[in-house]
Amino acid sequence: MKKVCRLDGLGCATCAAKIENAVSKLEGVSSASVNFMTTKMTIEGDEARMDEIMEKAATIAKKIEPDVVVRKA
Amino acid sequence: MKLSGNQKSLIKTAIGAVVYVVAIITRVEGSLVSLGLFLAAYFIIGGNVVWRAVRNILHGKVFDENFLMSIATIGAFIVGDFAEAVAVMLFYQVGELFQDYAVDQSRKSIAALMNIRPDYANVQRGDALEKVDPDEVQVGETIVVKPGERVPLDAVVLSGSSSVDTSALTGESLPRDVDDGDALLSGCINISGLVTAKVTKEFGESTVSKILDLVENAGNKKSKSENFITKFAGYYTPIVVIIAVLLAVIPPLVVPGELFREWIYRGLIFLVISCPCALVISIPLSFFGGIGGASRRGILVKGGNYLEALSESEIVVFDKTGTLTKGSFRVQQVEPQGISADQLLEIAAHAESFSNHPISLSLQKAYGKPIDAARIREVEETSGHGVSATVDGAKIAAGNAKLMRKLGIAFAEPDVAGTVVHVAQDGVYRGYILIADEVKDDAARAICELKEAGIRRTVMLTGDSKRIGEQVAKQLGIDEVYAELLPADKVDKVEELFAGKSVRGKLAFVGDGINDAPVLARADIGIAMGGLGSDAAIEAADIVIMTDEPSKIATAIRVSKKTLRIVKQNITFALAVKGAVLLLGAVGIASMWAAIFADVGVAILAILNAIRMLNVKSIK
Repeated sequence: MKKVCRLDGLGCATCAAKIENAVSKLEGVSSASVNFMTTKMTIEGDEARMDEIMEKAATIAKKIEPDVVVRKA
Repeated sequence: MKLSGNQKSLIKTAIGAVVYVVAIITRVEGSLVSLGLFLAAYFIIGGNVVWRAVRNILHGKVFDENFLMSIATIGAFIVGDFAEAVAVMLFYQVGELFQDYAVDQSRKSIAALMNIRPDYANVQRGDALEKVDPDEVQVGETIVVKPGERVPLDAVVLSGSSSVDTSALTGESLPRDVDDGDALLSGCINISGLVTAKVTKEFGESTVSKILDLVENAGNKKSKSENFITKFAGYYTPIVVIIAVLLAVIPPLVVPGELFREWIYRGLIFLVISCPCALVISIPLSFFGGIGGASRRGILVKGGNYLEALSESEIVVFDKTGTLTKGSFRVQQVEPQGISADQLLEIAAHAESFSNHPISLSLQKAYGKPIDAARIREVEETSGHGVSATVDGAKIAAGNAKLMRKLGIAFAEPDVAGTVVHVAQDGVYRGYILIADEVKDDAARAICELKEAGIRRTVMLTGDSKRIGEQVAKQLGIDEVYAELLPADKVDKVEELFAGKSVRGKLAFVGDGINDAPVLARADIGIAMGGLGSDAAIEAADIVIMTDEPSKIATAIRVSKKTLRIVKQNITFALAVKGAVLLLGAVGIASMWAAIFADVGVAILAILNAIRMLNVKSIK
């Protein structure tokens, strides 16, 4: 399944790429993409583990770019 | 008044700059007051950078820009270059502010571009008209669209007539008339009359949602340039930092007489240039601008990768019917013998009036007057030949050459391209009517503009006869034509054409998206025409032209070339300047000031260059 969330305060394109990279390596994630211009992160992955994945993704985003607030799209 | 984060840091930076100027003017070598002033300016301007660096190190992240800037500036303080230290921080902050501002502005301008989402729908529920969120409207419900309102969902008109402005979807400024039974597409604006319509698609499936989705998600499919630069950035920073450390430490240790102070300064120059962020930002900024601008002109590009591929296209292959021609038959020529042209049309139209074949419909349209059914008797249709009927008591035969031969009527076969309807009256040949598909008004211009945009070969594929294909190709100036192809043959032909392009060149196929999905998928870039209201076309293609105009393909190529030109300029310019300053810094020629330019100056110039892409109005 596909889930989209917003990364408010995403100000750096390198960080966007780093977040994208790290999230797509999470277990259960088949693809992840961070759109710097729309500040949206799209994650495709295992439906059963989606809540866990979203939580981990939010932690990753926070760690790479502490100013980011993850919000439901 | 509440200040935004940007405004706060702007004010802080400005105050810090004033303190900095005071510190420089009153500077006394060796004075603690001077040092205090410089330190005050430094912390007012860059305190948050140092704080973030500390915080990120605690998070285990070392190579981030805050850390690099902190080390570079603190290092400059330690070696005694106070003025440079504060300047690096000051310009770094100015660059950041500028970058935030530019990104903010482009996000806003894209949002404005995408501001076609309808806010509400007027739904008829019971006797009342309710104003609800478009998301809550069900298929089959009745909506009312008042003049000036945006059509909220795809619907079909029940009553009322009006004209609608489709420019948000097509870039076309001419309004379209709608009447009972016509499709009403979401995202259009109702201009004149009140329209009642039945909803045919829920909001998520409606045209406006699909278009918004497509353009917003286009940034997810990243181009080669974007991937290159993020990959590059991943190596660039650590390498530059390692060289900086080696440069600061090794020469003074190895070479006798070399001072630490001098070599640390050179290492610091490296650190100042080590951040690639602005370069990285300028690339998605350009692509997003290009995709957003193209969508405003009715061209939907599904990803940065397709825009990039389009800029490298060499061969453009067209399907004929529906792409270069209108796909509708029209009487092109009337050649009567022994009667007037009007009479010939009149008897042919009447004889064919019981058929709803495209040929007979075009005859009736050309005749232009109502058909009097009472004048017609004994209609007999022979498939593959034509029609025989009695009109006004005379025996009329209308059909192809086979029919004439079968009836033993003497006639001359004309040398023309198209479908010919021969007409005989009581066994006497009365002439023929030529019916052919019409070429789109801008088709010839489209081919000409493609050539100007650098396309090497234009090719047309058609299922039609060789004769018709060649005639259309000649009329439009197309290089090659392959006729009499079955749908499956078209895929094979495209395979063959692949052999004719250079290694980096791309092949684009343009079709109507209805029965050429396999070819659209096989080509490097599949372009579908007339996407407005056609889900199949939007699904199948990489690039969708919302209108029926083939000239938009040339527009799309021009937008793509401009985007890629800016992207390449930014990459080369930034790498060249950074490389040069790194080299000069290593041998001790470049100063900290040159490094500041290589970092902030280059960032600002790259972003300014990228912002040009948001102004695609200038591309015709």
